[in-house]
Amino acid sequence: MSVLTTILFIASAVMFILGLRMLGRPETARRGNMVSACGMGAAVAGTLLVILTERDVTITAGEGGINPLLFVALGLVIGGVIGVPAARLVKMTAMPEMVAIFNGFGGIASLLVGWGTLHRAFEVTHAVETPSEPPVTLDTGLSVLGVLGQIGGGDGRFVAATIFLAVLIGGVTFTGSLVAFGKLAGKITSKPVLYPGQNWVNGALAALAIAGGVMMCVDPGVYWVFLAVVGLSFVLGVAAVIPIGGGDMPVVISLLNSYSGLAACAAGFATGNMLLIVVGALVGASGLILTRIMCLAMNRSLANVLFSGFGSVSAGGATAATGEHKEAKSLTPEEAYYVLEAASSVVIVPGYGMAVAQAQHAVKELADLLEKNGAEVKFAIHPVAGRMPGHMNVLLAEANVPYEQLAELDGVNPSMEAVDVAIVIGANDVVNPDAKNDPASPLYGMPIVEVDRARNVFVLKRSLASGYAGVENPLFFLENTSMIFGDAKKTIEGLVGEFKSA
Amino acid sequence: MGQLQIYAFVFLLAMFLGLELIRKVPAQLHTPLMSGSNAISGITLIGALIVASEADGPIGLTIATAGVSFAAVNVVGGYLVTDRMLAMFQKKGA
Repeated sequence: MSVLTTILFIASAVMFILGLRMLGRPETARRGNMVSACGMGAAVAGTLLVILTERDVTITAGEGGINPLLFVALGLVIGGVIGVPAARLVKMTAMPEMVAIFNGFGGIASLLVGWGTLHRAFEVTHAVETPSEPPVTLDTGLSVLGVLGQIGGGDGRFVAATIFLAVLIGGVTFTGSLVAFGKLAGKITSKPVLYPGQNWVNGALAALAIAGGVMMCVDPGVYWVFLAVVGLSFVLGVAAVIPIGGGDMPVVISLLNSYSGLAACAAGFATGNMLLIVVGALVGASGLILTRIMCLAMNRSLANVLFSGFGSVSAGGATAATGEHKEAKSLTPEEAYYVLEAASSVVIVPGYGMAVAQAQHAVKELADLLEKNGAEVKFAIHPVAGRMPGHMNVLLAEANVPYEQLAELDGVNPSMEAVDVAIVIGANDVVNPDAKNDPASPLYGMPIVEVDRARNVFVLKRSLASGYAGVENPLFFLENTSMIFGDAKKTIEGLVGEFKSA
Repeated sequence: MGQLQIYAFVFLLAMFLGLELIRKVPAQLHTPLMSGSNAISGITLIGALIVASEADGPIGLTIATAGVSFAAVNVVGGYLVTDRMLAMFQKKGA
């Protein structure tokens, strides 16, 4: 490696570290992302430099083979052509799905790096047909295991093991992210998909995959074993995510984000690339921390999220058992207007429904009118409202809601009794009082926005259906609660219209 | 120290660094952070580049080109999406 490459790689690692750190602070976040992008630029530049100056590919390619650099360029162009419009055109509300799918792509890329490394070893040993002499200066008399040892500069079994890990984690990340994407985008059911003995089946799949990994370490020269591991990793990714309800997808995406870092890290071990190891580990660790923060916000353990099939229990366990049949009151926007007009303190609780209805701009307009009318308006942001941590913050920022109006749980719950109207927009589980009151509820213990203590609660919702967690919400039937049925955006626009015409 | 030990050593240090780096992050930055670190995980691109530069034969080249493409989508898309999110936060601060 030339001095210049070394400098580029070290600079790259430093920029990633600084960039991540800056990303964690509001003032520097955007610059942090740019710094980290520069780190990526340096990493790619350094790698291209290595390829152009230190490999003999360009020479061998000249002798009749196809120049692999053409394919490098092709891949980069394809990446840009897909990536740029996808990032530009995606709606802010569809952001979680987009991150999920990008993440899946990173996972499969790591899988392919592992595969490519192994495939090259097969080519070198002529275990598979190649049209031309492999352009690698490795001893062709060795077994696949021996070649892997040369690639890794040491133990071939270790390289085989890391290839196995890159493929397994990468494959799980890929199909797991696709399932998460499907659940979030509503392409497949967001309900947990459960069947008897599921954990056993998944355990058996994992055991099979690990057995394949052991076989790969013993002799990496059996191609079908490797392909079986690829297949198993795909199946495992699907099997691991389908039993998880849509409400827990933020945690899953965060965890898969961590996985894709670890997959890159494993690919780094397999190819002996220090930068991949360092950066993959950084991302792996950051994803884990974020996952933990999110589990804490829901007062659940990660194991509970992953294995409990949360939300599959049919709704209304507690309520139905008491045999009470309560009627929910409903209001028209006109009636709601009179209450809001007289309110001096309003708390707005946005949820995923606001994202789906694209109601954030209308909500901002309503908040402005309420303020002009003399009311104090706050937005109560539950840490897991929406489909990603901070999802609501992003949407409200898009609508220009000032930072001072955003409050977290501690900022609104203590003074909830003094709130005249709490408007719940498409949120459900995060305002479910059962989380405080009913130890039998699956939500029990999760901190909530305690809107049930406000003087009036308006719930904007399409129907009385249960939330993403699949749990019935007694809030709807409380004395101080009124439902305003219909599309959240239309309802808010109706309210705005009332204020304007007044 | 052998190559392997150095790798393991660096790996562990990097993990700890990652844990420390983002311990305290305000909630509104969680999504951009997730998206930003997702873009960083596209670093596997450099692994894909090296594999591609050494690839040969239709299978090898297909694997490698697909690897570079997927990783490049992850990198390019990831950074742009993150920037779009963060731009909205900044507009408000200005």
